[in-house]
Amino acid sequence: MSAIELKNLRKVYPGGAEAVSGIDLAIETGEMVVLVGPSGCGKSTLLRMIAGLETITDGTVSIAGRVVNDKEPAERDIAMVFQNYALYPHMTVRANMAYGLKNRGTPKAEIERRVAEASRILQIGDYLDRKPRQLSGGQRQRVAMGRAIVREPAAFLFDEPLSNLDAKLRVEMRGEIKLLQRRLATTSVYVTHDQLEAMTLADRLVVLNKGRIEQIGTPLEIYRHPQSTFVASFIGSPAMNLISATRDGDGLRLSDATLPLAGRSLPQGPLTIGMRAEDITLARRTGEPQGLPVRIAYVEELGASRLVHGHLGSERIVVSAPIDGELDDTMDARIDPALLHVFAADTGRRLQ
Amino acid sequence: MIENRPLLKLTAHLVLIAGVALVAFPVYLAIIASTHGPTDFMSGVIPLLPGPHAVENYRQVLASGVSTSGIPPISLMMTNSLIMALTIAIGKIVISLLSAFAIVYFRFPFRALAFWAIFVTLMLPVEVRIVPTFQVVANLGMLNSYAGLSIPLIASATATFLFRQFFLTVPDELMEAARVDGAGPMKFFFDILLPLSRTNIAALFVILFIYGWNQYLWPLLITTSSDYYTVVMGIKRMADVADSYPQWNTVMATVVLAMLPPVLVVICMQRLFVKGLVETEK
Amino acid sequence: MQSKRTVFSNRALPYMLLAPQLAVTAIFFLWPAAQAFRQSFLREDAFGFSTQFVWFDNYMRLFQSASYLNSMAVTAVFATSVAVLSIVIALALAVAANGMIRSQQTYSTLIIWPYAVAPAVAGVMWWFMFNPTIGILSYLMRQAGYNWNHGLDGTDAMILVVIASSWKQISYNFLFFLAGLHAIPRSLTEAAAIDGAGPIKRFFTITLPLLSPTTFFLVVVNVVYAMFDTFAVIHATTEGGPNQATNILVYKVFDDGFIGLNLGSSAAQSVILMAIVTVFTFIQFRYIERRVEY
Repeated sequence: MSAIELKNLRKVYPGGAEAVSGIDLAIETGEMVVLVGPSGCGKSTLLRMIAGLETITDGTVSIAGRVVNDKEPAERDIAMVFQNYALYPHMTVRANMAYGLKNRGTPKAEIERRVAEASRILQIGDYLDRKPRQLSGGQRQRVAMGRAIVREPAAFLFDEPLSNLDAKLRVEMRGEIKLLQRRLATTSVYVTHDQLEAMTLADRLVVLNKGRIEQIGTPLEIYRHPQSTFVASFIGSPAMNLISATRDGDGLRLSDATLPLAGRSLPQGPLTIGMRAEDITLARRTGEPQGLPVRIAYVEELGASRLVHGHLGSERIVVSAPIDGELDDTMDARIDPALLHVFAADTGRRLQ
Repeated sequence: MIENRPLLKLTAHLVLIAGVALVAFPVYLAIIASTHGPTDFMSGVIPLLPGPHAVENYRQVLASGVSTSGIPPISLMMTNSLIMALTIAIGKIVISLLSAFAIVYFRFPFRALAFWAIFVTLMLPVEVRIVPTFQVVANLGMLNSYAGLSIPLIASATATFLFRQFFLTVPDELMEAARVDGAGPMKFFFDILLPLSRTNIAALFVILFIYGWNQYLWPLLITTSSDYYTVVMGIKRMADVADSYPQWNTVMATVVLAMLPPVLVVICMQRLFVKGLVETEK
Repeated sequence: MQSKRTVFSNRALPYMLLAPQLAVTAIFFLWPAAQAFRQSFLREDAFGFSTQFVWFDNYMRLFQSASYLNSMAVTAVFATSVAVLSIVIALALAVAANGMIRSQQTYSTLIIWPYAVAPAVAGVMWWFMFNPTIGILSYLMRQAGYNWNHGLDGTDAMILVVIASSWKQISYNFLFFLAGLHAIPRSLTEAAAIDGAGPIKRFFTITLPLLSPTTFFLVVVNVVYAMFDTFAVIHATTEGGPNQATNILVYKVFDDGFIGLNLGSSAAQSVILMAIVTVFTFIQFRYIERRVEY
């Protein structure tokens, strides 16, 4: 039995806009699933349907084997961490954490025990009697998580909980959430639009686009084998280079150059070729061109490496290069044909 | 001021002092008049300095009223005013909080209709529909009662809009978090929304208390028994007689007593008063 | 119409929450207004035995009646004078106070409290000061050779009610002007100073134009105040006299309906006044919409 199971879930807003169109997803007990996608892909709506904050047009949501479509959020045994934390501004940190337990009639001693335990884990014991406005962003974030933890729910739901923090704190809190989730082993659904956050947090990643699931898999599976051009361009930074090409004889015709295929078999006809920036190497030209001619436009120095932006024919291309190489105006880009990602030009689906 | 111009600064001070004097002078005279005996107004030259009769004048109006004009003790009228002002202020706040909560946190058939029905009351001040409103209150047997003095005035579009506006600024997530935490609508209302509205309620209370205390036409219409006279309307009855019997000392003592409570409220709660005034006009 | 992203799902509860407000509104606002509307088309005979449907006759008579036309003219003069007088004085005070740093709060406190004084009380105080036999102001005017008597002279009476009504409204206008002045960025006045504009020139070219939304708003509010909220001032002092010189429209509704018992005419006047308030409410809301866009 899965911890959370979505069956053919749909959400149509009054007015006809379809936010979620037929989602099937089973989330296993104790795993952290991250829903990721650009804004408007339906990820927040999906999470809010699991939480019971959004009505369900069609399909079912089950939590711990029980269909909860008609249950109030409070009856679903979930806890939620909101983007703006949603701490009750007039209550102390302690009262914020205790509120949900009190409403459930949890005995006082038990509430105290759980609040103490959660504040110890999150190191917020010193601010228990403060009001939220007296706390920093990171501290509020911890309190919001504390409020979820004390409930000891069947699942945590996170709705972009880090997007209000500055970049440095975001990375720090990301690590803490990961650790905490490991430690408590509570089933978690986490929504974000930040692919890096998604990659680093997820046991499994669900990439959403226009209300549908594009791909489900571990972060590495998705990075290595994106099933569509959408996933390929969304996951990974810098985004994968996607270039139109046609199969031509025993090579691959890319605008004004031909890439030898070295025995890799590809279907005939128009294709989209994907190349990760780090899979490409740049070589200086000596005599005859050997590889794809890239005209260098500009370079971004990242310290440990550099990103070289250039043009391949009329298409833009980015290459991750070591910092010590010398750069000419035009260089030869080479790639092992086995590392090419090949997609159908019309559907954008992965071939092979 | 950007430049340092002493002359300009001095002019500004003079303008302000003149303004303060203009504002204060009538009240000063009222206070002075309330400290003189009745005969001091026969001479034709109005006194400008305090007289010795303050205590006896105030004691007289507070305790026994003015029998010659059928005026009951002012203490009774002030109690009536207080009851009326408090009932109106609290009543308006309570029913407006509830309606604003319904309009913002629920979706239901005829929601827009309810909103507009409340809105329309803005266009129907009591002064323009005096006769038919009087008839309704008379038919309901509410003449000469505290209910009649206050209930017909406690509908409030302004207060409803103020709370609606405020509720719309309360983050949606607070209500969602409360629902996840197991709070139903009324629990959310009392545990979260009401405490968050404290400042708005207090500010509105100041404005509405003044509004209720200063009602004139309404108590004039629906009270015929002096047991229910309010102090603001009672003054008129006293002043009417003052033309023939010079009782200016007692009239002015009543004037001072009538403005004392609301003026004290404004001065002591100036910050809330300003907030209330500015927000209700939004 | 706006509501929250998610709402509570109870069906009956919102109606219960709205019930008290809607009950009061229906019984004491909508029903009487409807009655006024109905009655404005009826006429009772002298003994009240029969009523007759007379179409727009009550309205026609109003617009042909000299006393109603007089009342409209009186209202126009009164409302304009109150609005201009209280706005000009309040603006002068607000500008002067805005230049003060330490004393601003004190001056504000000393100026705003008359807001709390009931219009009726304000009326009685000024009536006392202008009293022809013992009032200090009439005494001073007598010294200057003018024989003030608001009991006999219509102009004197009008001046009395204008002053009493404006006096009370200064505090309100002052607060809004001061808030409006605070909202003008200091950098603008500084830029104008650098551009060589002196304080007087700055006031007329920068401050006043930027205050125009506030001024417009206050004109509407003050006219509404003068037309409807000053009933108490009139009733407590001149009672519309002498010879109808201060008989403003709201006072006339009361007088014709309650004292004269001319119900049809009073109802027609009520309907006309409701129409006027509707127009002003509309203007006020249009103004607020515009203000939001700024």
